[in-house]
Amino acid sequence: MSTFLLEVATPEKLVVRNDASEAQIPGSEGMLGIMPGHAPLISEIEAGELSYTMEGKRHVLAIAKGWVEVTGNKVRVLVDSCEAPDQIDLERAETALKRANERLLSPKQDLDLARALNAAKRAQARLAVARNK
Amino acid sequence: MPSLIDLRRRIRSVKNTQQITKAMKMVAAAKLRRAQERVLAARPYSEIYANMLADVAGAAATAGAEVSHPLLATREEKRILIVLVTSDRGLAGAFNSNLTKAAQVFINEHPNADFQVEAIGRKGRDYFFRREMKLTGEHLGIVEKARFADAAAIARKVTALYADEAVDAVYLIYNEFKSVMTQKLTVTQLLPVAVAGSEEPKDYIYEQSPVQLLGTLLPKYVETGIYRAMLESAASEHAARMTAMDAASTNAADVIEGLTLHLNRVRQASITKEIIEIVSGAAALG
Repeated sequence: MSTFLLEVATPEKLVVRNDASEAQIPGSEGMLGIMPGHAPLISEIEAGELSYTMEGKRHVLAIAKGWVEVTGNKVRVLVDSCEAPDQIDLERAETALKRANERLLSPKQDLDLARALNAAKRAQARLAVARNK
Repeated sequence: MPSLIDLRRRIRSVKNTQQITKAMKMVAAAKLRRAQERVLAARPYSEIYANMLADVAGAAATAGAEVSHPLLATREEKRILIVLVTSDRGLAGAFNSNLTKAAQVFINEHPNADFQVEAIGRKGRDYFFRREMKLTGEHLGIVEKARFADAAAIARKVTALYADEAVDAVYLIYNEFKSVMTQKLTVTQLLPVAVAGSEEPKDYIYEQSPVQLLGTLLPKYVETGIYRAMLESAASEHAARMTAMDAASTNAADVIEGLTLHLNRVRQASITKEIIEIVSGAAALG
């Protein structure tokens, strides 16, 4: 079975560098399904669930927003944060979600809407990934 | 002439100092290893990012659209912000004084500009605080931990200052880690972003227009720039401290050797003197 090289990096470290046979990436215009031999592509990605298949096994990661670049046989994902299900702090994600929702529901004058929305999405992704493991 | 007791006391005191410098050297060596690992771990992201930025900038330029973004706008540099990354603690040789000196030289080279300083690290804060420089912010105790979130928060603030035209340029001054023996003092321009678009942009499918992508990519440039400076600075600091403490331990050993030699001479002289006294006393009696 043909594969491609999947790299997922955060500013702090390289999280994944593995041969994968397929990946689902939450692009900001909709889910991107990537198979080997995909055409070169650059896109923004949203906070959400990134999943990929490696040697027949499915892996799920909770990611924050970032970018993806597909070139040749390489898929490189740059994200602000990235966690495997067992690394997620459920309690922290829940409080983060609550805080973000409060901010969005009763907006103050100087509210950074994009940031609050992003925080909510990130927390939701973490919760979804952690609960589905 | 110092007495034997005084000399013994001196030697003991220098030995104590030597023990401390040796311990500090060991601690710095251990911390250096961890800091170096972090520098290496951060590399893949910045490499991929740099490639992507060059491709997108190239594509945006060839698309013909006038690329205007608040972070690319160049203005006459009348008000300059310096982001200075120093260490929180001293005893690292010339590590911090080199940085503050470089910042001062940079300021003197631009006599017509107004300067402000965003200080990361206690030593730089103290230096400019004493000279009554305008500080836009100070961040103590974050270089050691080197978390990306801290760097991103500073970057957001600096970016906002630039975008609001409160400053006309932002420069970053820090020590780059070259090797354990050498740190390279680095002064780089953070804003306006100087992107070199790649000459031959690859034929990508762009989900968003290159111009829009550039808009979201550019703020990351400042974040990763400051984060990298913090990592490099942390590694350099431990390397500098290790070298300084190694030199201090060697110096202490030299001092101890000299003092011991002196002690033995003094002791020998006093014994000789006593013998002469006894012998001459005995001779007088005989």
